[in-house]
Amino acid sequence: MESSRELRVSKIREGTVIDHIDAGRALHVLRILGLTGAEGLTIAVVMNVPSQKLGKKDIVKVEGVELREEQVSKIALIAPSATINIIRDYAVVEKVKVRVPPAVEGLLKCVNPNCVTNMPREPVRSRFKVVSVRPLKLVCEYCGAELNQDDVIKQLTGGGGAA
Amino acid sequence: MRGRDVLTITDFTRQELEALFEEADMMLSALKEGRRLRVLEGYVLATAFFEPSTRTKLSFQAAMLRLGGSYIDLPPEEVSSRAKGENLADTIRMLDSYADAIVIRHRVEGAARFAAEIAEHPVINGGDGTRDHPTQAMIDLYTVRKALGKIDGLTYGVLGDLKYGRAARSFILGLSLFKPGKVYLISPPQLACRRDVLEFLEERGVEYEEASSLASVVGELDVLYVTRIQRERFPDPAEYEKVRGSYRVSLEALKGAREHLVVLHPLPRVDELAFDVDATKHAWYFTQAAFGVPVRMALLKMILKG
Repeated sequence: MESSRELRVSKIREGTVIDHIDAGRALHVLRILGLTGAEGLTIAVVMNVPSQKLGKKDIVKVEGVELREEQVSKIALIAPSATINIIRDYAVVEKVKVRVPPAVEGLLKCVNPNCVTNMPREPVRSRFKVVSVRPLKLVCEYCGAELNQDDVIKQLTGGGGAA
Repeated sequence: MRGRDVLTITDFTRQELEALFEEADMMLSALKEGRRLRVLEGYVLATAFFEPSTRTKLSFQAAMLRLGGSYIDLPPEEVSSRAKGENLADTIRMLDSYADAIVIRHRVEGAARFAAEIAEHPVINGGDGTRDHPTQAMIDLYTVRKALGKIDGLTYGVLGDLKYGRAARSFILGLSLFKPGKVYLISPPQLACRRDVLEFLEERGVEYEEASSLASVVGELDVLYVTRIQRERFPDPAEYEKVRGSYRVSLEALKGAREHLVVLHPLPRVDELAFDVDATKHAWYFTQAAFGVPVRMALLKMILKG
């Protein structure tokens, strides 16, 4: 990329850069982080730019925010190739490659209304086996219902469409 | 086998099922000879049927008694602690503390697996929602083996509600643990077999074909497994009426069938299996129901004692 054609975004002093997000999903990542911009934090979002690794990618940079484990787990489910860079004092102090675990417990809801995990007042958490990452396919360990990428995005972002 | 849960037929290997069938043969002999067995004397089975059942519940209870054991039965909802709002987890914990094993039937999918996670004793799935009915599949496969001497290499037709019917689903999955010659899946298009079952068949290299009419394949079948199409699955009553006639098995529908064709049905039957079939050599469904006791005796013995 030629520097004269780039939009200069200042390096952030302290915060997080989430790189290698599947193209088109940056806004979903922001939803997962609960960020709208109204917080007043500096946020940079770059979408559908070239990537050696993915062909096309999105990047999200957020000043003043470090991610909690649950947020990382959720991001992994919509951006399985993402790298999370923790920035302190303008430097990358930690780089974490997200990982989609073999099973996902508690984060998602089974789409089958007749699944035991959807019964009220039962001490049971949802549990899904990850059958494949690309395309994302999760199977409920209790009733066998399948969740795809769209279902997961919808659930983690509270509505809205797919990318 | 000892101490294990029985949640879905695909948890079992072919070898384990064959061992079960051999044990069932011995139970059948004992019953025929009128021998009194005491192998499960002192053992208690809890039957927790949250959905109605005739054969499954009664045959499990009879099986236990025939082995010298006994059972306790969860009372109907209205008179039990469930009427006070007790949840399933607490109910299972209670039964787990009173009995050596629990058989559960529930309208909710995954209920048996959940119960198995809560209970320390073995849990047997007597049917969960539209999903699994493993012991029914065991009985069905045992019946084929008894009737035709084998399970491999035969041509099967599974007819009716292949989408929501748990007996049909379990039978098809159970067949995939063996080497059937070919499986015809015969249903109205709206009730076709689900993708996950078809994938399982494909993974196991089972040749199958989806057909929409019995007439087109009846002459090829060695075994015909008939299941009921429920009215509730068709929001439009007119559509239901139109469809159900085509999936009814009668003497007329069996014209052209092989002489040795074995007709099975998990029962109860309504009108999808006509009375005029009962007197024919094809009618194996009553024997199939009777085999429920020796097969469940074998299963209980293997789970509780090994």
